[in-house]
Order: sequence, then structure tokens, then C-alpha cells
Amino acid sequence: MRKKVVDAIVDIAKYDSRIVFVTGDLGYNVLTAFEQLFPERYINVGISEQNMAAVSAGLALEGHIVFMYSIGNFPTLRCIEQIRNDICYHNANVKILSVGGGMSYGDLGMSHHATEDMAMMRALPNMRVYAPADSIEAVLCLNEAYKTDGPAFIRMEGDREKQQHPDSAKMEIDIHSIIPFGPVSAEVNILTTGTILAEGLRAKDILGEKGISAGVISVPRIKPIDVESIKQLARTSKMLVTLEEHNILGGLGGAVAEVVSSDHVPHAVLLRLGLQDEYTSIVGDQEYLRNFYGISGSRVAETIEQQYQMLAGKEQQ
Amino acid sequence: MQGIGDSMDSIMLSNRIRIHALDMVHAAHASHIGGMLSCADIIAVLYADVAHYDCNNPKWDRRDRVILSKGHSGAVIYAALAECNFFPIEKLKEYGQNGSQLSCHLSHRGVPGVEISTGSLGNGVCVACGMALSLKVQRKAARVFAIIGDGECNEGSVWEMAMLAAQKRLDNFTVIVDRNHMQALGFCKDIIDMEPLSDKWKSFGWSVTVVENGHDHDQLRSAFHFESDGTPKVIIANTVKGHGVSFMENNIRWHYSDPKGDEYNEALKELREYKG
Repeated sequence: MRKKVVDAIVDIAKYDSRIVFVTGDLGYNVLTAFEQLFPERYINVGISEQNMAAVSAGLALEGHIVFMYSIGNFPTLRCIEQIRNDICYHNANVKILSVGGGMSYGDLGMSHHATEDMAMMRALPNMRVYAPADSIEAVLCLNEAYKTDGPAFIRMEGDREKQQHPDSAKMEIDIHSIIPFGPVSAEVNILTTGTILAEGLRAKDILGEKGISAGVISVPRIKPIDVESIKQLARTSKMLVTLEEHNILGGLGGAVAEVVSSDHVPHAVLLRLGLQDEYTSIVGDQEYLRNFYGISGSRVAETIEQQYQMLAGKEQQ
Repeated sequence: MQGIGDSMDSIMLSNRIRIHALDMVHAAHASHIGGMLSCADIIAVLYADVAHYDCNNPKWDRRDRVILSKGHSGAVIYAALAECNFFPIEKLKEYGQNGSQLSCHLSHRGVPGVEISTGSLGNGVCVACGMALSLKVQRKAARVFAIIGDGECNEGSVWEMAMLAAQKRLDNFTVIVDRNHMQALGFCKDIIDMEPLSDKWKSFGWSVTVVENGHDHDQLRSAFHFESDGTPKVIIANTVKGHGVSFMENNIRWHYSDPKGDEYNEALKELREYKG
């Protein structure tokens, strides 16, 4: 998705001279086109994320639309106060593009695993938070962030993810809403954010074989979140599951919990899957790590089945 | 400099700023009077003789941008802007009061003429650098001035900024260090000794001008008129924390305390007699 997003920014920059691209000395081989076409609007600030965030705010306050690019924790946690005071408080037009979301840089270790970034960004007033599942969603998120005045955070991974939507979906998807993949279920619905959608879809198939009907819904924008659709899902199914490559605190699970728990009518039980408030302390490829931390399709199906049986047992009593 | 009255010069402006600042911290029981008195002359010279602005159009595209990165001296900017007719002087009474937008650390919200909110050290000067960079990219002639503290130079982000501004040859950017030799808990030399401060900035690629007496307006004016050869400029203005009130000078107590009763009266008397 990264390449598609950068290509889309190049296209936008061709007709919108306000666009500047700021990098913290990362993006080998993917930023060349932008740099060559718009050398004055390509700014490598060096390895200095605090300065990068504040400088981006300054550029935006002078009328630029800034895309600020780096890896995972660097354009987020490293400079969280500059993002809060300089970017968000001033509602500056800075769009943070993070690559390597979740454990996509699996072998690089915990410093490069971004597993609290969505929670941190979501807590900041004015900030919009996106975690697209594939390049189709990513470009739609980018376009919405570009067209909406104020700060945004787009959590990308790399370029290896599977495309989940058909090309035609570009015209049909409304990024304001949650996006069901197939029919929603009256039993279990799995909400996912980011490329872990693929694991949600796998879990659905496994559960289907065991006679448990599950729906899968992608949530590319977790702030502002589609409150009404989530309430509706919670009212019409028995179990809601959130699945994210992130701490279960403060990200998608947190956002959905906030929506569901404030509803005043009976609603589904909520099961939050993700990192269970822990740091990653082993390395491996993303697939290995997802399985290890219980968020691969098979392990998700296993956990849902257990919880679902427990719930069914309680209903019988 | 659309805003400052014809009869007002930088000395008169600095004297008024000092008295306003004293009144404001007194009424609000606020901290930081010492650092306000050290930078009052720098800011008065900027608003009286250096920066271009229009009080009737605070967002005038060609204005020079003045950023107070040491946001805890916000009262000085509020006072300067009020005296330059950005808003009524009466509004200064709101400083630090319940429900007011005139926060003790500089706020842009609801205060015409304030470019950005500051308060966390090492932030504003980097935003200022971004503004200077943007003005360059857009080929606009406006300049950016950022006032920072010497204690603030402890912040790593200041030096991240210093490297970038030099790399981008931001000759439209001037940083003024209010070198009062003190920081929150004592003298800089005893906490983080920034010396040799000039050499540090020089080695980062900046044109450095040292003002021996940062309360002497002629010296400050010449420093502002100093042209660099394409590099960003830093003015290191040697000042005295608490300048203008004898018992506040170089006394760390006035980083925190607000003057009450006799101390307030005595400080006010000294500032009224102060000739600049």
C-alpha cells in the first residue's frame, strides 16, 4: 500500500502546489519520484523526529499541506508532544504517514513494532486516525485526509499485503463507514483495522466450517469512528470481536468498547483481540508473530469458538 | 509597523511592557517575572523598530513572524501587542484569570497577533524554522524571529532545528537567545553550562552576533540589522534575569514567585523610575 499511497501523493502534488513531503530520512527507493518531480517541496529533515513534527506544523501554518513520513513509532511516539502542541492544538494540516504499522517489521524487534501508535494518536483532539487494510482503502484514506482540513494519521504497513477489495471498489467504498466483507452475522461479527483483515477473513472461514456464522467488517477509519453502524451491529448480533495488530487498549478495541458501552439498549458481548497489554519480546516474520500473539486466523477462530460456546452455555442455563 | 503610536519609541515600549508584565503576574499570582524582565527589551525593539506588521490585519501575508519560544514569558508579548494596538490594553487584565484565553504560557487562541501557542520549551523555535522554510519555498520575503531562552538551549530539539536551518540556508530566520544565564533551578553554569554558546551556534553553521548588553536598545538594533551571508542568524543577547527591579536581578526566587504587597509596590516604583 505504501507505493500506491506515495504514487497518489505525487499525482496530487502535480496540481496542488501546497503539497510538501517531509521525511525523517526514511523511505529508501519509494520517494524518488516525488523528490525528482518536486525537489523544492521534498524536505528530508534528517533523523530528528521532534524537529520534523514541529517543522511540519510551521510549514502547514504557512499554507502547505504536509505529508510527514517515517516508520512506526518515530513519527508518532517519539514526537508525541510536538504532535499534540504544535500540530493538533493549532489544527495544522499535517498528515502523518507511518509505515511498518503493527509487527510488519517483525524481525526488527520491539523498537520497530508499532503497537500503541493508534491509541496515542486517537487520544489527541483534532487528529483523524486511519489504518487501511489494503492499497484500495489506503488511497481512499489518503484522499479523505488530504481533503479534510487538519491533522491525520495514516498507519500503513509495507507493500506486501494482499489486495482485499476489487479494483472497482475504489468507486464504491465510503470511507466514513465500516466496510462489511459479505453479509454481517446475527451471531458473531469480527471488526478489524489494518491488514489483519486477512486474519479475520481466515477466522471466518474456519468458524463457518464449525457451524458458527461470522461476519467480517473492515474499519479503516477508527477516528472518527462510525458510531451508528457499530451500535447497530452490537444490537443485532451476539458477539462482537475486535481484531487489531496493536494493544487492545486504546485502539480499535478501545474505540468499539467506548461506543458499545455507552449504548443504552441490550447489545452484544465484546471480545477484544490484539496484544494483551504487553510488549513484543520475540522477533519473527509477521505471520509468525501474529500466530505467537494469538491474532492469526486460526488462533482467532479458536478463541472466538471458546468464547462463543461459553456464551451459548450461559444462554441455555 | 502599522500599530505602534507615533510618540512611542522602543524605550517607552519596553518600560510599559515591564510595568504591564509586573501588574499581570501580580494580579494572576503568576510565575516567571524574572525571565519576562530579561527579554522585555528584545521584544520592545522587535516591535518598535524591526518587525513589519499591521495591527488591523494580524494575518497580513507579508508580516514578519515573531515567535516567543520561551512561552513562559507570554505576558511580554501580550503587553507588546496591546501597546501596538492589536487589542485593547484593558484585555491584559484577563491574563491568567478564570475563563480567560490569555494563558500564562503564550496562547494564539483568541489573541490577535500571536502566531503560535508555546510553553513546552524547544517546540516554538522548531515551528518557527518550519515557517521560515515555508516562506523560502513560497519565495515570500517575510522574515521569522524566534526568541528562546538560554536554559531552553538544553532541549535537544533546538539543536535538531539548528542543523536543519543551516542546511537549508534559512537567511530569513533569526533566533534571539535571551541569555540571562539562569534557568529553572539556578545558574546555567551550575546546571548545564552552555558555554561556549557562541561557538556552539557557529559550529552548527549559524552567523552569530553577541550583544554585550541585551538591555541596550542601540546594541540590539545593530544586532538585528546585521546581515548574514546566507546562513540563519542567531543573536545572543546577554541579559539579566529580573532586570529593572534591583531585588529581582539574578535572584532565582523570581523564576517562580509573584510579587505581593510591599514587594509589588517597591517593584512598581522601581519600574516607574526606570529610564531604560
